[in-house]
Amino acid sequence: MFISLLAVIALGCIAWLGAASGFQYLIGVVLPYAAVLVFIGGFVWRMVDWAKSPVPFRIPTTGGQQKSLDWIKPARLDSPFTTAGTVGRMLLEVLLFRSLFRNTSVEIQKGPRVVYYSAKWLWLFALLFHYCFLLIFIRHFRFFLEPVPFALTAIEFVDGIMQIGVPRMFMSDVLVVAALGFLLARRLFSEKVRYISLANDYFPLFLLLGLVGSGIWMRYFAKVDIAAVKVLTMGLVTMNPVLPEGIGAAFFIHIFLLSCLLAYFPFSKLMHMGGVFLSPTRNLPNNTRAVRHVNPWNPPKKYRTYAEYEDEFRELMEEAGLPVDKTSEEAAAAE
Amino acid sequence: MSKLPTPDKLIATIPAFPMEGWMDTKPDFKPGTWCYPAKVDNMKALGMPNPHEWSADQEDWNLPENWEEIIYEGLKARLAKHRSLKVFMDICVRCGACADKCHFFIGTGDPKNMPVLRAELLRSVYRRDFTTAGKLLGKLAGARKLDKDVIKEWFYYFYQCTECRRCSLFCPYGIDTAEITAIARELLHELGLGIHWIMEPVFNCNRTGNHLGIQPHAFKEIVEFLCEDIETVTGIKINPPFNEKGHEIVFITPSGDVFADPGIYTFMGYLMLFHEIGLDYTLSTYASEGGNFGSFTTFDMAKKLNAKMYAEAERLGSKWILGGECGHMWRVVHQYMDTFNGPTPPKMEVPRSPITGTVFKNAASTKMVHIAEFTADLIKHNKLRLDPSRNDHLTVTFHDSCNPARGMGLLEEPRYVLKNVCNNYVDMPENTIREQTFCCGGGSGLNTDEIMEIRMRGGLPRGNALRYVQQKHGVNTMACICAIDRATLPPLANYWAPGVTVYGTHELVANALVMRGEQKRTMDLRQEELPGMEDE
Repeated sequence: MFISLLAVIALGCIAWLGAASGFQYLIGVVLPYAAVLVFIGGFVWRMVDWAKSPVPFRIPTTGGQQKSLDWIKPARLDSPFTTAGTVGRMLLEVLLFRSLFRNTSVEIQKGPRVVYYSAKWLWLFALLFHYCFLLIFIRHFRFFLEPVPFALTAIEFVDGIMQIGVPRMFMSDVLVVAALGFLLARRLFSEKVRYISLANDYFPLFLLLGLVGSGIWMRYFAKVDIAAVKVLTMGLVTMNPVLPEGIGAAFFIHIFLLSCLLAYFPFSKLMHMGGVFLSPTRNLPNNTRAVRHVNPWNPPKKYRTYAEYEDEFRELMEEAGLPVDKTSEEAAAAE
Repeated sequence: MSKLPTPDKLIATIPAFPMEGWMDTKPDFKPGTWCYPAKVDNMKALGMPNPHEWSADQEDWNLPENWEEIIYEGLKARLAKHRSLKVFMDICVRCGACADKCHFFIGTGDPKNMPVLRAELLRSVYRRDFTTAGKLLGKLAGARKLDKDVIKEWFYYFYQCTECRRCSLFCPYGIDTAEITAIARELLHELGLGIHWIMEPVFNCNRTGNHLGIQPHAFKEIVEFLCEDIETVTGIKINPPFNEKGHEIVFITPSGDVFADPGIYTFMGYLMLFHEIGLDYTLSTYASEGGNFGSFTTFDMAKKLNAKMYAEAERLGSKWILGGECGHMWRVVHQYMDTFNGPTPPKMEVPRSPITGTVFKNAASTKMVHIAEFTADLIKHNKLRLDPSRNDHLTVTFHDSCNPARGMGLLEEPRYVLKNVCNNYVDMPENTIREQTFCCGGGSGLNTDEIMEIRMRGGLPRGNALRYVQQKHGVNTMACICAIDRATLPPLANYWAPGVTVYGTHELVANALVMRGEQKRTMDLRQEELPGMEDE
């Protein structure tokens, strides 16, 4: 945990020192380009690498009634029979975290009684984090588009509708910090989760907190020169990079941590973003008895044939009056 | 066998989390926690790699000299063959949603029985050998070196997983520990490490056609003996066909149903049902096993044992296969069989119930129908005369077997059947049934007596849910659709909910079944007096 925290603090310091000592072009222009390349290249490579391994068996985890008899209502989404149902299941999984929504926690009470509680906090905060992050990501398109489309302005209006402070406080900023805080607190205070957590579980959390924190700091407190930032970001997207003067260190910390996140992403557990689409227990229909699934490396059949079986047990079978393909006489004659 | 603690003591001894990290703790191979090793002769006869003498409680497991290379190459090959494994090795975020979903974790409190850590046991080695971060950062990135203790740990924990897939249901990415356990067991088998309770049935099944090693003549004798019992109860003499060609259907069920109490009553139930509806079927002694312990060994072994079903249907010229009550059998039949050994023999046809005319389109390709589907259809079409009051002394609940629940979705069919043959039916609490069902504690070949304490620990959630409905609703009967359940649930019920008796679903069907020409029923299939129906 501490190593991950120190690592993120170190990254922040590097960015701050770098910005202060003349590496602004490196941090503000070169690294973002490199990070985006690594992100795209790495992401594609990982997906291709996974996809190279075939899916030998159709093994959906069925979360409800199968389709069998006409009068039994199947669970079309939790146990999909059709492609449409499977797409629906994946959409529920990816957009609403269906499986996590099932979460329970168990407790053994006196009696003994094993008791199950609904436990949707993880689902709620995980969903909150992902959607706030998405919203923030979308809001940032203000820096990459000129003129700023109306839809973006509308999103910003809604996000800032509480009308707190100047500049307006975005709810998504508050919620994303709260959600990250919850996810971190779980890792620290839940005995089970703490026990399984690795440095590579804490690192992305701290990195994201650093990223979001630096963003909030530059927007609400450091109040960096937004116009100058936009000149830089527009330069980046138009492949015509320029480095305006006087942007402020907070921005360089922010963009450096973002570059780190992008470059780290494909090589980390954050790839669950792509991997979830390839999970064979979710993305396949529960119709294996109706439609044959082909295994590309299906080995040739090797089994003990009936003839071999009968050869061993022929006399016993005849004695017991069981039918045989070859009688003892026929078998003897064949030898 | 080690002595079993009392239920209270068992719960009191669930330990707290250890202080040390999981990489620094080692399993304690005390009696009652590990399965006996497979016999060298069996392993040799099946052509398994590196058969050798060893035992889990010994310091030296006599691993083959190049064991590290075997594991490395074995894991590499499987990563290239199974996208599931590759994706599941990479995308876990350790959110912990799976942690308390595992019956073994609930009952043992051992953190390595949390599905996430069970997977990390393999993942840590994967990271070290197959990821750059793991190579560079080592332990910091959750990687560790493969050593002999890791192999021991794998053996300990991958044989404390019943491949029930409950964790997979709750995982936001669908990471399936059954898949990871199956592949980890394959790797262990590469080193010659297998367990007796699995490999003996596999050996038997290959040779005699069934797990129990029943030879053809004995199989016929046993079934005829069961038919005598049916005659005692009903007055009807049944002569089931064996290995006969030209019948429409081959019926295949786990051999446990032929052999062991209370499975035999379920088997009698099948025979009575088929007789009553005049089904054109045959039994087979060659394919006399529905279950598939090969599926607890390797994918190839599962395929090898399963191949007999289609081969026999082809030889006998049958149109389709009807399958009996079994859990893992139906995982294999529903999700693997057609892929393993299909396409089906050319003369097989899409299953159509000869009684109701229902076409089982859901089995159009595999051409194998579950008996609960078949019977539910019969009842729906009013093809059975039933007297559920014969089961009135029973208050019944239903245990969903893991595999039909989460690897098939067979949830309503057995309930529909049960509610039609029993007047008193109650479900257990919702977090313990249907797709959320809990394992009997002995799935995936772990139904062996030398690990009885582990089984009872793993059986805690199921047993406790049963006790709950026993106390609240007076449940005295647990019905199931699985031969392993019929072997594992009686000791579980005895331990966690004494007073509950375990029945196969088709035993209850046959008790209620009014057969043409039967004598007045005064006994159930167990030849126990039916209350209120005694001779006057």
